[in-house]
Amino acid sequence: MNKTAIFINAFALLFLIFAFIRDRKKAKKALTVALKSFFRILPTVLIIIILIGLLLGFVSKSTISKIVGEQAGLGGVLVVAMLGAVLHIPSLISFPLAASLIKSGASITSVAVFITTLTMIGVVTLPLEIKELGKRMAILRNVISFVIAIIIGIIMGVVL
Amino acid sequence: MKDNVKGKAKQKTQIVKDVIILGITVVIAIILLSIFPYKKEAVVRTSWDFFVEMILILPAVMVLMGLFNVFVPNEMVVKYLGKSAGIKGVLLGILLGALPTGPLYVAFPMASALLKKGAKISSIIAFLSAWACIKIPQEMVELQFLGAKFMALRLILTIIFVVVMGLVIELLIAQSNRKLKKDG
Repeated sequence: MNKTAIFINAFALLFLIFAFIRDRKKAKKALTVALKSFFRILPTVLIIIILIGLLLGFVSKSTISKIVGEQAGLGGVLVVAMLGAVLHIPSLISFPLAASLIKSGASITSVAVFITTLTMIGVVTLPLEIKELGKRMAILRNVISFVIAIIIGIIMGVVL
Repeated sequence: MKDNVKGKAKQKTQIVKDVIILGITVVIAIILLSIFPYKKEAVVRTSWDFFVEMILILPAVMVLMGLFNVFVPNEMVVKYLGKSAGIKGVLLGILLGALPTGPLYVAFPMASALLKKGAKISSIIAFLSAWACIKIPQEMVELQFLGAKFMALRLILTIIFVVVMGLVIELLIAQSNRKLKKDG
């Protein structure tokens, strides 16, 4: 077990202990919710893990690097940003996917952009957002988020 | 109550769908690996490594999500965010967006209700953005797979830009409201 995993588990355990001290009943309910959501997300996690194995096994580093690596340039970043905006996959499993892409030659910039547009922008949920918040606000939020995601990615690429 | 039952039925069909897609993925993987048997070792090892890394933290992440879900009810968020303004409102929006759990489409009706109650647009934008991408359990998974530097830098940059975006959108909407008034 690596340090990060130990830290995360300790963090969760600490919260759980506090929760049990504050309100036993609520804490038990939280555990039930946790158990249910664990089994709900498990199939998706397994799907992405198999896909990662296939991706790293079958697609060569140079191919991935050409599409989303340093050589891809701004065009590649734009494609990745669009992909993140359109795709509707749970953000929790986007992180292992992102890690596998970096391992196989993707640039920090494109991976950071992908995660950011994936979480912040939802083309699928846009109609609902327009209905609830109005056209102006919904479109402004999504468009500005798109630009922001690219800026964040570029800064991260420079710093890391 | 009726909505609740409908929601549960929807969740069930979603799980069935996910399991079917998982089955298809497994079949495709088996077919591919029987055509290219020399790839088998690398693919299985990579998948296994990622699986181990995930399973070490997934229960903890789910426990955190469950705790936030039960201890930070949506009504509480609405109560606190309804009467805050300025940069303080924006920061509160980020904090209150980061704690509760649930998909983004749960947050839209909340945001809409808050706007009708008179909450500032900047706080609402910050709230929605934080809900979308600064969730604490989500940050934990990012930490595990992408490392502390990546996670911390992206978090800091996201918070900075979300604050700016909230203020900019508020300004733009105020301006277009003034223009609409003048024209009409």
